Amino acid sequence: MKTKKIIFGIAFLLFFSLILVSAFQMRPFGEPVLSEMDDYFIANAQQETGTNNVVTSIVFDYRGFDTLGEATVLFTAICAIIALFRGVSK
Amino acid sequence: MSPMSKIVRTITKFVYSIIIIFGFYIIVHGHLTPGGGFQGGAVTASAFALLLVSYGSLASKKFVKKDFLSFLESSGLTLFIALAFLGLGTTFFYNLLANSGGWFGNVSSVGINPGDMNTGGVVPLMNMAVGLEVLSGLGVILLVMAGAMEFTKKKENL
Repeated sequence: MKTKKIIFGIAFLLFFSLILVSAFQMRPFGEPVLSEMDDYFIANAQQETGTNNVVTSIVFDYRGFDTLGEATVLFTAICAIIALFRGVSK
Repeated sequence: MSPMSKIVRTITKFVYSIIIIFGFYIIVHGHLTPGGGFQGGAVTASAFALLLVSYGSLASKKFVKKDFLSFLESSGLTLFIALAFLGLGTTFFYNLLANSGGWFGNVSSVGINPGDMNTGGVVPLMNMAVGLEVLSGLGVILLVMAGAMEFTKKKENL
């Protein structure tokens, strides 16, 4: 019991110190390593899709497949809930 | 569920329609302002939740019926997939209507501008489809779970 606690404490300290080290080595905010894609979206999204909201143009146009998956996940969850409560709600 | 006090019910009567209108505003202006289908649908469903909590049931509101909302949910997702298939001449999810001059086809001006409602191509239509799906889906969850709670309470009192 006691050795288990000691092992757990050492592992926790190791893990926490690694997290601290990596937190101090992070890049500054707003300076990503690769920014070609961001620059492309900011420069061309308004012309290509005609939407002022660039986030929506990415979600519904450039990465529409992702949104299709999200909508399908929601639909499946609702189907499961209806099937679960089928007997008890009229 | 038992209804809440008269103060809560009166305030709900004034507020719930405004919440529904705000949710539809977020859905329809998804291509111009922050927000979109998912967010606006959640806001509209929160109005249903407010009605359910304050009145105890949604039986007095004729427009929130389980079968009707279930139909709306399925048709929303079907409309979304149909709009995705619309651009299949080029690719799946191709924005066919953007910059075409027709429906939602005006050319958007580049840079910071107040925005034109008639731009965006397929994007606002997809926003409406997803918004319809989300608001009716969350409404169905609320209705089904409230009905199950009534059932459980009735069974415990027997």
